[in-house]
Amino acid sequence: MSKGILYDATLCIGCLECERACAKENHLPYTETLEKQKRTNEYKFTYVAAHENEKYMRRMCMHCEDPACASVCPVGALEKTKLGPVVYDASKCMGCRYCMIGCPFGIPKYEWSKAIPTVKKCILCHERVEAGKQTACAEACPTGATLFGERSALLAEGRKRLQENPTNYVNHIYGEKEVGGTSVMMLSSVPFEQFDLKPFQPQPLPELTGRVLAKIPQIVSLSATMLGGIYWITNRREAVERVEKTRERSQKDEK
Amino acid sequence: MKMTLPKITFWRAIFVVVLLFGAYATYLRFFHGLGASTNLSDNFPWGLWIGFDMLCGVMLAAGGFTLMAAVHVLNLKKYAPIGRPAVLTAFLGYLLVIGALLYDLGKPYNIWHPMIMWQPRSVMFEVGWCVMLYTTVLALEFAPIILERFHLEKPIRILHAISVPLIILGVVLSTLHQSSLGSLYLIVPGKLYPLWYTPMLPVLFFLSAIASGMGMTIFESTMSARHFDHALEAPLIRGLGRGMLVTLLIYGVVRFHDLISSGRIKYAFVQNYESTMFWVEVSLSIFIPVVLLLLPRVRENPISLYITSILMICGFVMNRMNVAMTGMERSAGVRYVPRWSEVVITLCIVGVGITIFTLATKYLPIFTHASAPQRVPERTVAATAQPVPELAR
Ligand code: SF4
Ligand code: SF4
Repeated sequence: MSKGILYDATLCIGCLECERACAKENHLPYTETLEKQKRTNEYKFTYVAAHENEKYMRRMCMHCEDPACASVCPVGALEKTKLGPVVYDASKCMGCRYCMIGCPFGIPKYEWSKAIPTVKKCILCHERVEAGKQTACAEACPTGATLFGERSALLAEGRKRLQENPTNYVNHIYGEKEVGGTSVMMLSSVPFEQFDLKPFQPQPLPELTGRVLAKIPQIVSLSATMLGGIYWITNRREAVERVEKTRERSQKDEK
Repeated sequence: MKMTLPKITFWRAIFVVVLLFGAYATYLRFFHGLGASTNLSDNFPWGLWIGFDMLCGVMLAAGGFTLMAAVHVLNLKKYAPIGRPAVLTAFLGYLLVIGALLYDLGKPYNIWHPMIMWQPRSVMFEVGWCVMLYTTVLALEFAPIILERFHLEKPIRILHAISVPLIILGVVLSTLHQSSLGSLYLIVPGKLYPLWYTPMLPVLFFLSAIASGMGMTIFESTMSARHFDHALEAPLIRGLGRGMLVTLLIYGVVRFHDLISSGRIKYAFVQNYESTMFWVEVSLSIFIPVVLLLLPRVRENPISLYITSILMICGFVMNRMNVAMTGMERSAGVRYVPRWSEVVITLCIVGVGITIFTLATKYLPIFTHASAPQRVPERTVAATAQPVPELAR
């Protein structure tokens, strides 16, 4: 069901066609300065990083299976769709930028220069994907380095390539398990860390906060009961004392 | 009185200058965006307004729920006279935090969205709800003070009747969001420097909020005793000092046990910017205050207690700033220094807080000792009215 991208760095020639196609699809300017920038920003949702010896690595939103950005967003402006893309609804967003803090890959970017800013990131061409087409970048890629398809099929394809050409690759599909798996996956001959793709645990990040949030009902019921109980004990003692005092007094009076 | 007049004018003059700069900063913020008014960037999206105005603001307002719990739940009625200033501080504090948030949010007019767009997986969503509900609770806890001023008996009686559940609700809500401010950072194990990242963040935030709440109450009581010429509640201040010591000890044990058992303590002995900030922070927030408070001479003297509280509060303010700023810099690969406009807005918010607090203590029955003890038995009677006749029978 869920779609994804398999990027094979060994096939990439660094032509930047994907960058251009992405800019066009998302109505972003694509100037010479932007072309040189090797990072995502409000005008650039994907970039191809170059390593020595003509080795490349394409970076974009990973479209995590359990995305941290969507889990932290207090208003649900970011959402993982069934088809795979993690989409953004600017009309819901209140601009807290927690998504930028939460994303382990540093993907969501902000329109800092605008009075009314929104979050900017790759949305895996979700309108095209819904219409049954592939993403603009995959369509534009001349070598098939960026491959669009069913995530499960892509995963199988990746495994096959690793098996058939073990000497060509680092024996790892980045994104298969990282942060619980991502819709965008990579193959490379250069260790992923050299492209700042960190080794993440297979545990999805939202579980870290989820564990604590799950305790809230307990904390509420327990603390409310405890406080109520303490209140009852401490104040009852006082009430009893007062009653006893009045009793003593009345007994004295009787005498 | 004559002696203090010129001093007040001096501070007023400074405040007016700050306000003028603040007005310009506000213009920059709302007409030219966050980029023009802050040093925030894609690499560093949360800065001073989150680190200080929000995280510290909420922490420093913790005196409200701490004292309300002490007076009305634990029945430590002797603290009632300083309950009112604590509630006032808390109420003001939360209003100012919300005000600061309006500056920080990219789309401040959407601040109400969490009310209808539910996303219970988000810690921020939970914090938002708690802050909203707790501010309402504080408004209701504060209302009797205003009503008293205008001698409106009926609504006061209604509020007194619901005061106990209200206070318990306030304590529960505070427990939740004071700790949740720490949980906000649980999602960034790879970004927050190991000296501050720990699964214990919520517990640590909660404990430090309680200690700071007590510290703030000592601070305020001492300050206002000087300004308003009423006797300092020395025994109460001493009691708070002991409370602070106990809380600090627990905090210190939890913090260092966690650092040592996880092995993260090794980062404290690497010579770098983070470890320096860490040692300054823990010295101010834990070591120095604990040592001072262990000395009976300090513990029994209101003035040295006052100074100890200030040190400790600085330490915990630094803790929040370290979590929000220092600890996030290395992974972001940038050094964040707030822009002038960020600092000025923060100063404005602090200044507005102090001004309103001063005015309120002047015109509302906050420190009036006649009214405070009066109110206490009233509440006790209201709350225990039922059991008494029963017992008497
Ligand atoms: S890579 Fe970041 S922005 Fe993209 S889905 Fe994952 S958490 Fe969200
Ligand atoms: S900035 Fe917008 S999209 Fe990002 S977490 Fe906040 S509300 Fe959600």
